Amino acid sequence: MKVVVLGATSGIGRAIARRLAERGDDVFLLGRDTADLERSAADLRARQPRPAGLGHALCDLERPEGFAAALDAADAALQGFDAVIVTAAMFATQEALEADVELARRLSTVNFANTIAFCEHARKRLLARGGGRLVVLSSVAGERGRKPVAIYGAGKAGLSVYLEALDHKFHAAGLSVLCVKPGFVKTAMTAGLRPPPFAGDAERVAADIVAAMERRRPVLYTPRIWALIMLVIRLLPRFVMRKIGF
Amino acid sequence: MDARAIWRFGHRAVNTWVAKRSSFERMSSVPTLEGWGRLPRPGREVLSTDLEAVTRGATLSRGLGRSYGDASLPARAGDKVAATRLADRILAFDARTGVLRAEAGLSLAELNRVFIPRGFFPPVTPGTKFVTLGGAVASDVHGKNHHREGCFGAHVRSLRVRLADDRIVDCSPSCEPDLFFGTIGGMGLLGHILEVEFDMHSIPSGWLVMESERVPDIDAFLSALSRAADHWPMTMGWIDCLSGGRSLGRGILMAGRWASPEEAEHGPPSPPKPRSLPVDLPNWALNRVTASVFNAFYYWSHFEQRETRLIAPDPFFYPLDAVLHWNRAYGQRGFTQYQCVLPRAAGPGAVRELLERLVSLGASSPLCVIKDCGPQGQGVLSFPMEGTSIAVDMAITPDIQRVVDTLNEIVIAAGGRIYLTKDGFTRPEHFRAMEPRLDTFFGLRDKWDPRRRLRSAQSVRVFGDRA
Repeated sequence: MKVVVLGATSGIGRAIARRLAERGDDVFLLGRDTADLERSAADLRARQPRPAGLGHALCDLERPEGFAAALDAADAALQGFDAVIVTAAMFATQEALEADVELARRLSTVNFANTIAFCEHARKRLLARGGGRLVVLSSVAGERGRKPVAIYGAGKAGLSVYLEALDHKFHAAGLSVLCVKPGFVKTAMTAGLRPPPFAGDAERVAADIVAAMERRRPVLYTPRIWALIMLVIRLLPRFVMRKIGF
Repeated sequence: MDARAIWRFGHRAVNTWVAKRSSFERMSSVPTLEGWGRLPRPGREVLSTDLEAVTRGATLSRGLGRSYGDASLPARAGDKVAATRLADRILAFDARTGVLRAEAGLSLAELNRVFIPRGFFPPVTPGTKFVTLGGAVASDVHGKNHHREGCFGAHVRSLRVRLADDRIVDCSPSCEPDLFFGTIGGMGLLGHILEVEFDMHSIPSGWLVMESERVPDIDAFLSALSRAADHWPMTMGWIDCLSGGRSLGRGILMAGRWASPEEAEHGPPSPPKPRSLPVDLPNWALNRVTASVFNAFYYWSHFEQRETRLIAPDPFFYPLDAVLHWNRAYGQRGFTQYQCVLPRAAGPGAVRELLERLVSLGASSPLCVIKDCGPQGQGVLSFPMEGTSIAVDMAITPDIQRVVDTLNEIVIAAGGRIYLTKDGFTRPEHFRAMEPRLDTFFGLRDKWDPRRRLRSAQSVRVFGDRA
């Protein structure tokens, strides 16, 4: 498989890229910092059992004008990719977002509008050659309006709806869209937050994502227990949601 | 009951639950860090994939927290502790020479997962694979092959270190050698280890041949250990530290070597599926009686006096890693490990005396490991020296300080020393008495960190740093 990963240098993206490289896939990394990308590329090269395609280019979700060029670079290096995985996103606590309206605007733009723009560029390229896989990390935060993720969750809710619609619209044309809804995962993004019970680690989540991508599933909750947790949360009456802090 | 009553009941239940929960959160809101022995201290670690950024202004680095005592805990609650475990990238690997360079947070577990199938293994591994490269260097870990290969530090080619004044320096045996050899075994007190370059060893297969032998007492054990060391690249022994008298020091000697491709099973061993101990056992679960029963069972379950078998790396090197969070078996009270090395010159008498004292104190648990060490390495504070190392886990009891003091006095009299990575209770005057190299190490700290910015709870306790 020839895979482009946006956000491959850390967290879940790093773990996914490693899995792919270790099984011999060609991988192209997109990220914001050349030095960081080079270190991640070295890591993947050491893990590849035999030499395979490996490259990287700059791509920043805050700079949508660079999306097309970054994907073109990946396309040229891999001679046509057949999967795009987006793990990059912004995160901030609700406290920080409430204290800084500009931060809230930036985060919402990156996680919603710019991520959709990137996906549009990617899915057009995939559809032009008869389909492929598009895997995007949304979040369980988008499942219901919840106090601790009011702003972050709103962007993810919109993204989830977009990904669902993409699946409806282009499934027949050969495009498999996977909307990943991770629960709390212990990575640098969530460093400093107190992990709840059932917190996952990046390696396990990455294994789930790669497996779901293989099986062309449309939605994945990971760790799996979060499907059950969110089912309960969706069913809770409003007076309970007003009371609890979850 | 009508619908409105149910609704009201629901409201009340939620209100009560919310009130209880928030008061619980207030109570447990002080963040703590703990070592493997589970004695928590106020402190907080800062996690990042970028070690260069996160170590700036930090007083201590911390990997996977497998040191038992206070070596990875901050001197003060407010100190910045850099957590390294997310900085785990391999930066270069040369399959011809085996030279590997990686970020300091890479664990041996991950290295093994990637490289055993490709025919490489770390040159030295301790009894857990959940140790980072940075931790392996800072503790200068040793393993079953110490009598042949020395410590991990003996295989390190170069280190990238962030100093207390925030400079970043590359050091090696030829470049800033004093910093290099001080950092090996230096408990992270000369600088934060950012990158490690070392030699991986190539292995003929992913399997080992292990010979194990039931040994009836300590004298037989010591001679069996030294006999095995001549023939086997890896040796260690388990001792029943609860049996005295004629059975003093009885146990099982294990010796191993990598299997040749012809001897090995087809294909690499299947990856281990660890189980986890999900909750704390009660404090009384591990007591003298249960430990004695376990020890007798373990000793006699080795039916044959001697047996040879093929074994995978995980059960051979890391039997305890098969149960994640096994430290919960000691309950909330926590535990410590006492590990010391007694020099060869002190003779078997010293080992016998220490074991007799361990038995009479009755403080030990089922876990007691004996190993004969090779010559001392070049790490300035590196633990092993030529002689016999004994490691025993002990639950924390009100008596623990007295027990450690008693054992330390025996070790001092024999000219031995203790392993800081396991230690949580040694007094500074005892450590000084066992460590003639301490002034050299302090000299290095004067040179590289004169203001003693880098420190840990352990360096406050043992070296007298300011808190």
